[in-house]
Amino acid sequence: MTKVSSTSGLAGEAPVFFLTETDEDHGHHETGTNLGFWIYLMSDCLIFASLFAVHAVVGRNYAGGPAPVDLFDLNIILLSTTALLISSITYGFSVIAMQSGKQQGTLGWLAATGVFGLIFLGLSLYEFYHLIHIGATPQVSAFLSSFFALVGTHALHVAFGIVWLVVLLVQIKQRGLIEANQRRVLCLSMFWHFLDLVWIVVFSFVYLIGVL
Amino acid sequence: MALDSNLQQLLFGRLTLEALPLHEPIVVVTFVGVALGGIAVLGALTYFRLWGYLWHEWFTSVDHKKIGIMYIVLGIVMFLRGLADAIMLRLQQAIASGGSEGYLNAHHYDQIFTAHGVIMIFFVAMPLVTGLMNYVMPLQIGARDVAFPFLNNLSFWLTTSGAVLVMISLFVGEFAQTGWLAYPPLSGIDNSPWVGVDYYLWSLQIAGVGTTLSGINLIVTIVKMRCPGMHYMRMPIFTWTSLCTNILIVATFPILTAVLALLTLDRYVGTHFFTNDGGGNPMMYVNLIWIWGHPEVYILVLPAFGIFSEVVATLSGKRLFGYTSMVYATACITILSYIVWLHHFFTMGAGATVNTFFGITTMIISIPTGAKIFNWLFTMYKGRIRFEVPMYWSIGFMLTFVVGGMTGVLLAVPPADFVLHNSLFLVAHFHNTIIGGVVFGLFAGLVYWFPKMFGFRADPFVGKIAFWCWQIGFWVAFMPVYILGLMGVTRRLSQFDDTSLQPLFITAAVGAGLIGIGTLALVGQFAVGFLRRKDPAYADTTGDPWNGRTLEWATSSPPPAYNFAFTPVAHDIDAWWDMKKRGYSRPLTGFVPVHMPHNTGMGVVLAGLATVLGFALIWHIWWLVVVAFVTLIGTAIAHTFNYNRDYYIPAAEVAAIEDNRTRLLAGKVTS
Amino acid sequence: MTRVKALPFLLLLAITPLLSGCQWVVMSPSGYIAEQQKNLILIATGLMLLIIVPVMILTVLFAWKYRQSNKQADYDPDFHHSTKLEFAIWGAPIAIILVLGTVTWIATHRLDPYRPLTDIGPNTPVPAGVEPLRVQVVSLDWKWLFIYPEYDIATINELVAPVDRPIAFTITSSNLMNSFFVPALAGQIYAMAGMQTQLHAVVNEPGVFKGFSSNYTGHGFSYMHFKFHGVSDSEFDAWVAKARAADDVLTRSVYLDVERPSEGDPVRYFSRVDPGLFELIVNMCVPEGSRCMRDLMHDNSNRISGLGRMGNPEALAAARLEKALAADALCTPEVPQGLTLAGLSTPTSAFSAIKIFSE
Repeated sequence: MTKVSSTSGLAGEAPVFFLTETDEDHGHHETGTNLGFWIYLMSDCLIFASLFAVHAVVGRNYAGGPAPVDLFDLNIILLSTTALLISSITYGFSVIAMQSGKQQGTLGWLAATGVFGLIFLGLSLYEFYHLIHIGATPQVSAFLSSFFALVGTHALHVAFGIVWLVVLLVQIKQRGLIEANQRRVLCLSMFWHFLDLVWIVVFSFVYLIGVL
Repeated sequence: MALDSNLQQLLFGRLTLEALPLHEPIVVVTFVGVALGGIAVLGALTYFRLWGYLWHEWFTSVDHKKIGIMYIVLGIVMFLRGLADAIMLRLQQAIASGGSEGYLNAHHYDQIFTAHGVIMIFFVAMPLVTGLMNYVMPLQIGARDVAFPFLNNLSFWLTTSGAVLVMISLFVGEFAQTGWLAYPPLSGIDNSPWVGVDYYLWSLQIAGVGTTLSGINLIVTIVKMRCPGMHYMRMPIFTWTSLCTNILIVATFPILTAVLALLTLDRYVGTHFFTNDGGGNPMMYVNLIWIWGHPEVYILVLPAFGIFSEVVATLSGKRLFGYTSMVYATACITILSYIVWLHHFFTMGAGATVNTFFGITTMIISIPTGAKIFNWLFTMYKGRIRFEVPMYWSIGFMLTFVVGGMTGVLLAVPPADFVLHNSLFLVAHFHNTIIGGVVFGLFAGLVYWFPKMFGFRADPFVGKIAFWCWQIGFWVAFMPVYILGLMGVTRRLSQFDDTSLQPLFITAAVGAGLIGIGTLALVGQFAVGFLRRKDPAYADTTGDPWNGRTLEWATSSPPPAYNFAFTPVAHDIDAWWDMKKRGYSRPLTGFVPVHMPHNTGMGVVLAGLATVLGFALIWHIWWLVVVAFVTLIGTAIAHTFNYNRDYYIPAAEVAAIEDNRTRLLAGKVTS
Repeated sequence: MTRVKALPFLLLLAITPLLSGCQWVVMSPSGYIAEQQKNLILIATGLMLLIIVPVMILTVLFAWKYRQSNKQADYDPDFHHSTKLEFAIWGAPIAIILVLGTVTWIATHRLDPYRPLTDIGPNTPVPAGVEPLRVQVVSLDWKWLFIYPEYDIATINELVAPVDRPIAFTITSSNLMNSFFVPALAGQIYAMAGMQTQLHAVVNEPGVFKGFSSNYTGHGFSYMHFKFHGVSDSEFDAWVAKARAADDVLTRSVYLDVERPSEGDPVRYFSRVDPGLFELIVNMCVPEGSRCMRDLMHDNSNRISGLGRMGNPEALAAARLEKALAADALCTPEVPQGLTLAGLSTPTSAFSAIKIFSE
């Protein structure tokens, strides 16, 4: 891209009104993707914020049904939290491997991330199954409605992330660590860490404060 | 027999032949009309072999200019539907007086006013605003397209998908009878058991995803793709207002998505978010939806403010007065719009201090808005005002909008709101701001940028007829509505015992008729312009028909696919004005290949699948839900395997296009 | 362009004859609260006209003076900034809003519908010894129920109150969200199921006034209106006696019958009302054997104890059944006098929670 002085307009200086471009002038699309994805995450964050607000308002409306202390097994939650946290770390290693150009390492760490993600998802589903089995369904009270909506939305995001991850594994396998794929790995990385962050808030606000 | 009905339920969910509103003669006649018209249009397209052209040049296009025009067409088509609804409402209220039930039953009437609101906001104002931003903003910042061209196409088709679902509801089943924001518990499953609210939910949900994606896209475009030299404080005001509007979109539509999703859960799963029982809280819905709903008002009006800023400056032949304070005023409004939502329900009983807080924040918004009005005023001061049609709309706006602003501040005083809330005074107020602000602005923008879009002007005489019909029609239609509000008449009533109200309702109906004529003229000015497009008085060969100030006038009308053969460089606030003033000469040689995105039909396919998914969800056709959902996800994944998304326009082709323009410009000089 | 400017005023002139005979009830109310609200509208409008009128005049003036064909007018294409002017164009609206904001602060607190009346007119305090008339308002689908607890009577679609005696309304809804509004009397307030709102007002002139719901509630909404009668004390006593002579009584089971959706109901009187019926309605436990919201909320604070974590569905079910029975026992017509709405999620708490999260 041609370098242009933007402070022209002084007498005597010939102003430049257009760029004589070369072919490389499309570098900004890459940074655009990162920014765009980041803004998307912020909008997603607002969906979670709305759900948290709802939980703050109706989270204690048990309507005669069970309360958190009757329902939550913190041991299982701790286990699933650990799985998700580890998956974030493995994702980090995958990005490091990618940046040093190691395709096998990237794939391996991504796969590990997927496995930990699946463990988390499995535990979430088990918890849901269990709650529904004992009669603590979303229809019982506003508290349970908002609990299922919040944790369920998070689980849905993780499920979507895993599907994306599998697709990405195939694409890296097919085409290697080309620029487009690197960009996708970084976007999924933002997505994955974002889910981790949301989970920490879920864990603190819904489970810990609920039980304490 | 039982097996049959089970099978039918499995195959068609709750969709039966009774879902067709054959008992409503008005709907049947409309359907016949729409069907005949539709067949005629489809037949004409086939006869003139336009399908291929439409598909290749428009539907699959990722060019922001074509997508912008498609948004505008969608907005105008839906506007005709929304206007028809409005005229039906006005007729009903004019007729149904003193014991007469009018010609619409409550079930039909309630659907019409709900549809009127939903369509006008989501499928008229939003597409028109998004369409103009899409078309104009990238040109104003000297960019070749938006940041994510495919996403842009997808956003458009998702919005269309929502509009299609609303239109289907007219002929299959029913639309919501809840008012445009569908407050629970009325919109809950107990009080609205059939498909109306589900149509509402899924059409808004699908269109909302499109809007959010478009918001992200346009923000990134403005942040990342401005031409060299165009600092934030050199951006045209329309670009500034686009930026603020899209920030508001991204910051509020997710809340709408969330709150509608929760209402959907209440209806489909039986949860207790907004129910009266089970610990639910309907007022939580009201709070959340207005946290989206109030910024939505500014999402619509800020771009209109941007348009007026461009039009008034250009047609006064002057730089905009107080550019910096205009930018700060816009930013103030953006932020403040987020902390005023409670003024929509002071009557909830939140307590005096809370009400005062929200009342005063609302009033504070009128300060930057007032400053803006003064800025336009002093832009005209010591100018050379050309009374072209966009200027008519701008002055009409300034005189109309201030009254709407005044009644708005009045409604922000909580004790005054206690007597005016939900009255026809309120209805008159928001029509005053939306018609006087948003609609006038959009019409000004459409006429102003029309030559840029098509290369010829709209007819000014017919355009002035449109203006006067709208301006007079507006006051005739809504002055009586203000007065009715002061007479203690509330909104959404289908009939009135008090016959003394009838003259006012009839006056209002006459006004609505005038607006209807104005709308015909509005479309007519474009049609007349099209017929006379070869006439030198109409054709725009210069690319700069208004002696413009910003970069969109630097390129040809209509611009080539790549917008600018060479990326422009901005040195001043009005970059193109500055170029003209300092002897800019258009480059005639040295063209290079231009990097462009490929067209793709994927947006149409994905949005089509979303429509099917929405329809299946509305009618509980579960097998189709699964099929549509899986196909949708599968198709989206398959699309990610397409890495071949761009190409180069060869230098020779660029040169040919530019040479052609050189000849056009020369022709202008000699004639 | 002058025609643009003149238009609204011409229209107003044209419309004025149509209005002779019409009553602008919001602008000529019959109750002290509505009277003050009207005055506030006039003050606020006047304040804003201070800025609106000059803007409209300047718009037309500039548009006319600086038209292209007027070559005499100055043309200064570089006039785009003036610190003095910008100071004024921000300062003027700020000044007006400062005044209006102050007026708003004072008026909103003075006219808070929850605040019991201290005056029944300008400089006319409530006479000593006069207790407000208590009226419990229930919006049903699609009609209004008014309970007079002091007189043990109730009516459908007719509200009567003596002139110059403060009225204290407590308002709720059986199902849909309505807004209780008598424009001649005072501003409106929402009627919401499971919640209770208040309104204090007084009527100063005898007469018959319109009352209605001003929040849309679906199919029967257009019929959801009633007559409000302002009457003298003796007329009021006679009216009470008439209601007391009615055959119908409003028991819990009769209420459930009345509560069913209906449209265009005639006026109806009940000579006796089950005690505590209004509280039962607010707590959504009118049917015999149903659990009251108040008690459900009360249970929450005690929480179910002794339940195995994450297990034992039978124990959970048993506990819930036990609680249900206990709730029943609590919610009888004999005790509801002391009921409060503590624990109910009021709009205010919903609001503050959302506010915290949105910031």
